[in-house]
Amino acid sequence: MKRITTSTILIATLAVSACTNPGRFGGEDGTYVGSAAPVNTGIVPGSANDPASTAYFQQAIGDRVLFEVDQSNLTATGRTTLDGQATWLLTNSDYQAVIEGHADEQGTREYNLALGERRANAAREYLVSKGVPASRLRVVSYGKERPIEVCSNEACYANNRRAVTVLAGGLTS
Amino acid sequence: MSVRFTLKCLAAAVAIFGFQAGAAMAQQGPLRIEITEGVIEPLPFAVPSFQPESAEAGQMANDLARVVSDDLTGTGLFREIPASAFISTVSDFNAPVQYADWKAINAQALVTGAVNVQGNNLTVKFRLYDVFSGAELGSGLQFSGTTDGWRRMAHKVADAVYSRITGEGGYFDSRVVYVSETGPKDARKKRLAVMDYDGANVQYLTDSGSIVLAPRFSPTGDRVLYTSYETGFPRIYVLDVGSVQRRVLESADGTMSFAPRFSPSGQTVVFSISQGGNTDIYSMDIASGQSVRLTNTPAIETAPSYSPDGGRVVFESDRSGTQQLYIMPATGGEATRISFGEGRYGTPVWSPRGDLIAFTKQNKGRFHIGVMRTDGSEERLLTASFLDEGPTWAPNGRVLMFARETQGASGSSTLYSVDVSGRNLRPVRTPEGGSDPSWSPLQK
Repeated sequence: MKRITTSTILIATLAVSACTNPGRFGGEDGTYVGSAAPVNTGIVPGSANDPASTAYFQQAIGDRVLFEVDQSNLTATGRTTLDGQATWLLTNSDYQAVIEGHADEQGTREYNLALGERRANAAREYLVSKGVPASRLRVVSYGKERPIEVCSNEACYANNRRAVTVLAGGLTS
Repeated sequence: MSVRFTLKCLAAAVAIFGFQAGAAMAQQGPLRIEITEGVIEPLPFAVPSFQPESAEAGQMANDLARVVSDDLTGTGLFREIPASAFISTVSDFNAPVQYADWKAINAQALVTGAVNVQGNNLTVKFRLYDVFSGAELGSGLQFSGTTDGWRRMAHKVADAVYSRITGEGGYFDSRVVYVSETGPKDARKKRLAVMDYDGANVQYLTDSGSIVLAPRFSPTGDRVLYTSYETGFPRIYVLDVGSVQRRVLESADGTMSFAPRFSPSGQTVVFSISQGGNTDIYSMDIASGQSVRLTNTPAIETAPSYSPDGGRVVFESDRSGTQQLYIMPATGGEATRISFGEGRYGTPVWSPRGDLIAFTKQNKGRFHIGVMRTDGSEERLLTASFLDEGPTWAPNGRVLMFARETQGASGSSTLYSVDVSGRNLRPVRTPEGGSDPSWSPLQK
């Protein structure tokens, strides 16, 4: 699994943008399978300022898109995030992804499973429309089983209604 | 460890034993509860400690009477008269009853019993008396089994008493399979558990290594369908309750399968498949794995449940724009909408009597458990809370169990039961939190 890093300038640009992102989802453990670190760039391989890292994908690009109540339509913000994900996935073509759909707790269990699948699929279809091969993207729904925030009001619900693109180990070919 | 009761021989051992004059009392007269009518005042009854007929039977005689009493009291239809009020004691199971002494303390029903323990063998006899008529109600019954199944024998006694007084089938000798839950909402651990209807004898059927959802008993109570994420994707499993052996049902790669329920024959499962952003309902022959698509719309169609005759399926669909209830033939085809009230309706479950559909309703930020007739008429909401969900019917169609989740960061899920009348809402005591209950048929 050998990856050729992009130009230093691009790396520097992306690294700066990574620094301006508060890293809301920092601390999640990525499954970094990248190559040896490029030298003389100050980039720590696997860290959020390595554009080939899963940490970078999660924090600088954003690994998730959010949805309105009972909706699976992508928002403008969501599409922008997915544009970034598509570019990254096309650059880092040895990654696959599972897109996890989630719902807030305001709904019955079965319906929320189906709704989460709709959301994950909306994200997947958008990525495919941007050229990411469908074969690299799977979807799964957790319904309301895996909230990330636990309060019972809209502040938490808004972040729980999400589709998260979870990178999975690189392809070997 | 086997989770099958060692009381399998019980059914065969049930015997009606003979009595002298008056034993063939007709089930009429004052000792009668009509459940459909508004019972405001529970019927007072007395259950003196059962008579030990062997040296080893003493403790069990007390325990059996206690469970019988708890079963009856727990329905909300009966009220126990405490032993401290008794004028008579019952020191001989076969001695004539001193009706005047029981009448004086207003015990309308009197249950007496006798217990014999020989090693692991347990025999329980009971008689039910209509105190104000001064006669026995029905014949005495005797149950035999092993001592570790003693609670089941108490439930059988209580079922017979309940049945004779209400005219309804019993439901105490039944089990509930459910999801046992621990931990906070964002790290909840779930595992399958099975218990007696009253929360006793809990046994765990899976570990909590992966999410498990919505177990459903087979019509004979020997198997359970459920959904598990153990492959990383939701798949339906069928589990043998006795051996705890399980197998995954066939499913296509890249799909999700969930929301299974058995047909009344136990040979077919109806369930949902999600694929490409669309969820539809399918049925599958369990033995062959052959499946048939029953719905085909871009809407979410899920939570299917068979009618007791197996001919129809009630399910939820958002094809109208919001979750509503529909009924279609069990072979698929045109579906008829039955829910038209305010709000959203989900998780429909057909009553074992065939007369009603229980459901979860969401309206104005509250959740309710409700029932309606199969044509959608006579909707009644039985509960209201932040989150009530997923009703299951007692085998006699008179009681529902469901899960109530409390709100906020410390929220947890607890099983509750409620009468179909909306009365007698009560928590079911389980060692951990509980959700997704499924009631077994009455055990044989």
